Amino acid sequence: MSLKHDIEFTLNGVTKRLTVDVTMNALDMLRDVVGLTGTKYGCGEGECGACTVRVDGETRNSCLMFAVDLDGRDIVTIEGLAADPKADALRDAFVEHGAVQCGFCTPGMVMQAAHILDTNPDADANAIKRGLEGNLCRCTGYKKIVDAVESACCGGR
Amino acid sequence: MTAIERYAAPQSLDEALGILQQGEVTILAGGTDLMPQTKAGRVAFKPTLMNIGRVAGLKGVTLDGQHLRIGALTTISELLRDPLVAQHAPVLAEACDHFASDQIRNAGTLGGNINNASPAGDTLVPLIVLDTEVELASKPNGSVATRRMPLAEFFTGPGRTKRNANELLTAVRIPLPKPGHVARFYKFGTRPALDISTISIGIAGVMRDGTLTNTRVAFGAVAPTPVRAPRTEAALEGRRLDAGAIEAAADAARDEVNPIDDIRASAWYRKELIHNMTKRMLDHVAQA
Repeated sequence: MSLKHDIEFTLNGVTKRLTVDVTMNALDMLRDVVGLTGTKYGCGEGECGACTVRVDGETRNSCLMFAVDLDGRDIVTIEGLAADPKADALRDAFVEHGAVQCGFCTPGMVMQAAHILDTNPDADANAIKRGLEGNLCRCTGYKKIVDAVESACCGGR
Repeated sequence: MTAIERYAAPQSLDEALGILQQGEVTILAGGTDLMPQTKAGRVAFKPTLMNIGRVAGLKGVTLDGQHLRIGALTTISELLRDPLVAQHAPVLAEACDHFASDQIRNAGTLGGNINNASPAGDTLVPLIVLDTEVELASKPNGSVATRRMPLAEFFTGPGRTKRNANELLTAVRIPLPKPGHVARFYKFGTRPALDISTISIGIAGVMRDGTLTNTRVAFGAVAPTPVRAPRTEAALEGRRLDAGAIEAAADAARDEVNPIDDIRASAWYRKELIHNMTKRMLDHVAQA
């Protein structure tokens, strides 16, 4: 039996109380314990960004985070962002630019893109590429994704 | 694998040091290395898992007399945008800009990068050429004791340091730069993001009238730990930084490193990189 610990945190605006295995990562907790499967498992090593979530206002790879470390923190996942009207322009831009093919990287891409726009509303294509460097897409070749984020940034004003 | 018997998230340094005094502890800060390393079975958990993320006073950058003091829990992202780091240790900010990805920089801490003791740790080479000291705290007899050690002497092997099991790395101290101080960092990887260095180079010193003194040269990913390069330093120290001195230093650098062949590059290629990039960096210093 592995050691468990009680945690309490805010998930997409709602207080959650859970008991988790102390070695569990935040991604497994979100998908298997809470049941929010929008956040994806890609590599499990922080290389691909498919599991990106927002923790206390900053994006993190949830696969690299200990779930116990979420105690007292404020977490937003792609499901929370989907319910946020401020993210509408970004979602529409992804649709309009065809920035989605298989879609597996998309939740992580959108989480990170939203973070880029929050922290740097004037981001140009270069800043967007730098911001997205921790997110891999094996379909699009990135151009459409960068175009989508750029249009949400500058066209969405 | 040892079963974890206790999880602790202390809020004060005193409490954290007390826990370290009681037995074998795995320390969790950002978790970006601990999680994948333990999952892959390369690192085993000790009986106590201690999350130091909530310990007060271990975060942030301050001026402390003639030193820049950086708390161990300061994240790489925080270093990147810190005005004191930009002013007094810009070469550290530059290394942070080459560090992994935004998501990892938001989680990873400076103390974690140091204690992880990777020969390729991105912040280590610039910190070494800036004469950084680490500050280690412990509570052996009921009261807090601290000691300091040059970072260049802290590493003993891959993943191994001189930190005692009852100690916590609380901060690093970097002397404020003297007038004429120059520092350069170079990292070679196959892509800018999320790459582990093939080699990295740090060069620092005081440049006056075309002459370099207080010379510091360090290399990453060419030995079991990040290393200073005494022969390269000696080839430069007090000499006019002209083409002859630069070529001699680049040759000394190639001759004194002893890298290995691995998935990222052959030993030969690493030695050539060390030679060519040391030369290029010194050219830039000379022309600046």
